[in-house]
Amino acid sequence: MSYLAALDLSISFGGIRAVDDVSFEVEEGEVFAIIGPNGAGKTTLFNLVSGIYSPDGGSVRFAGRDITSLPAHRIAPLGLARTFQNIELFEHATVLQNLLIGRHVHRRSTALSHLLFLPAVRREELEHRRRVEDVIDLLELAHYREQRIANLPYGVRKVVEVGRALCLEPKLLLLDEPTSGLNPEESEDMGFWIEDINRDLGVTVVMVAHDMGLVSRVAGRVLALNEGRVIAEGSPAEVQKNPAVVDAYLGAE
Amino acid sequence: MRFLFKTHYNQDIDHLKHGGDRFWYGLLLVLVAAAPAALGTFYLGELNLVMIYAIAGVGLMLLVGYTGQVSLGHAAFLAIGAYTHSLLLGAGLPFLLSIVAAVLVSALVGAGVGWIALRMTGIYLAIATLAFAMLTEQTISRAEWLTGGFRGLAVPQASLFGMPLTQGWQHYYVTLTLLVVTLLAALNILRSSTGRAMVAIRDSEISAESVGINLAVYKTLAFALSAGITGLAGALFAHRLGYLSPDAFTFLISLQLLLMVVVGGVGSMRGVIYGALFIGFLPQLLAIARDTLPPQIAQAPGLEPGIFGLILVLVILFEPQGIFGRWLKIKSYFQLFPLYRRATHRRQKTYLRTERLR
Repeated sequence: MSYLAALDLSISFGGIRAVDDVSFEVEEGEVFAIIGPNGAGKTTLFNLVSGIYSPDGGSVRFAGRDITSLPAHRIAPLGLARTFQNIELFEHATVLQNLLIGRHVHRRSTALSHLLFLPAVRREELEHRRRVEDVIDLLELAHYREQRIANLPYGVRKVVEVGRALCLEPKLLLLDEPTSGLNPEESEDMGFWIEDINRDLGVTVVMVAHDMGLVSRVAGRVLALNEGRVIAEGSPAEVQKNPAVVDAYLGAE
Repeated sequence: MRFLFKTHYNQDIDHLKHGGDRFWYGLLLVLVAAAPAALGTFYLGELNLVMIYAIAGVGLMLLVGYTGQVSLGHAAFLAIGAYTHSLLLGAGLPFLLSIVAAVLVSALVGAGVGWIALRMTGIYLAIATLAFAMLTEQTISRAEWLTGGFRGLAVPQASLFGMPLTQGWQHYYVTLTLLVVTLLAALNILRSSTGRAMVAIRDSEISAESVGINLAVYKTLAFALSAGITGLAGALFAHRLGYLSPDAFTFLISLQLLLMVVVGGVGSMRGVIYGALFIGFLPQLLAIARDTLPPQIAQAPGLEPGIFGLILVLVILFEPQGIFGRWLKIKSYFQLFPLYRRATHRRQKTYLRTERLR
């Protein structure tokens, strides 16, 4: 039984089949990449898995549970975190607050005890902060801790978003184009962090990527999509040589 | 400039971050506590009103400034708090119990409104809350068997621990205590996961969902909290009015409350206090202005709402962060002198958004 499994997932917007009978399986502990040209349905597939959209057909299983019909806020506590292609941070809050929001699923106290800020709430807050500082150390964000997102450069925002997802202490991390818009140096750092997250923290990673260099470095297996359909699956080298993939990117001769 | 060396996470969590804070807030508390000795009855009454506005403002700020949900109908919660309190007081309930009941009833109604309004955002939410306020006003004026309709309802004399509250200074201290309690409770919410969930909803609903925040629960909770606190202000407002009738809780009051939050500075609790001072003393300024203006203008109907609306528009256009934002700029001008640059405070999106992702 695989860790994350999508079976015949489909969704249409108007007359367009954005994702069409897509199936794939991800094993626990691996780094799995999804590639494909623009409009292939990669982000839509992520939105289906993380519960932002509900599919027209097919199912998603995660850690032995059917999560197809669960809303996004019920999926996150199961240990599934994600980032967004177009960075969806909490703009008017600081980096620290963003990361603390990432720990929402680990709260234990009730709203009523928050009104009074009982000693148990303070203990819990201290515990959250300790965990958040670990993530800040890992991603080297200490310098930006107190800054508001609105004042941060693009590259740092991208890292903060990964940090927020890590604060959830996920078992599975969905990264939507972690290196898009980053310069080569930042991309390389991101690659190292993805390896660290996978090896040291033991988090299974599924990522959408355009950067084949990054994919061949960190990913074990690759799924290639085009126009909502699976066109190839295998190791990075195999997929890169697959004629259907070459056609999809460069056009058929 | 002050540089803080933090050695413990508690320093981030505490309300008062350093000695300077403790000194200035302590001094402020001493000053407002000593105010009855220095001020005459009229100004003490006005200050009391400002603090009542501030309590309502804290409620509205939690909703508008921190959860990003607009409300043009908060006069209704003020009214519900005022009527509930007066009716229960009249039925013989003790003062404090009756206030608690007023808060709970308002919060319950607020939760209902929030739950119904879940699917609405921005301008649609504003219209829905406006409709709710009008409905409440109509209900109060029609339900004569309960509220006395337009004949009005006399607010019974309150007494606290067996001591009748007849003097202005007694009401002043009751309001002051409740304002401090409200502020502390609101700040406590904001420094815990509930408040952070509210901020998350304000800034990005789709991310909030993805980190496991249940939008329906937290939006409803924010409405309930906001309505409960506004209901508390309503209960105190009832004593200030002495006689309740539906026309004391019109749209103009809702607009005033929103004006207070926006003028004070959206997204800051200190802004609420600035806004309350502004709203509290604006009618005095208008009265003075009326004496100097030609009678054709001064006697024109709708002058006050017109001016309120104009101020609201001007503030949103030119200083979206309100008085608090202006204060921050002045402060950093002096801290960084002569290196201050205007670009440091580049204009950013306001929280009152009319559209959202999805």
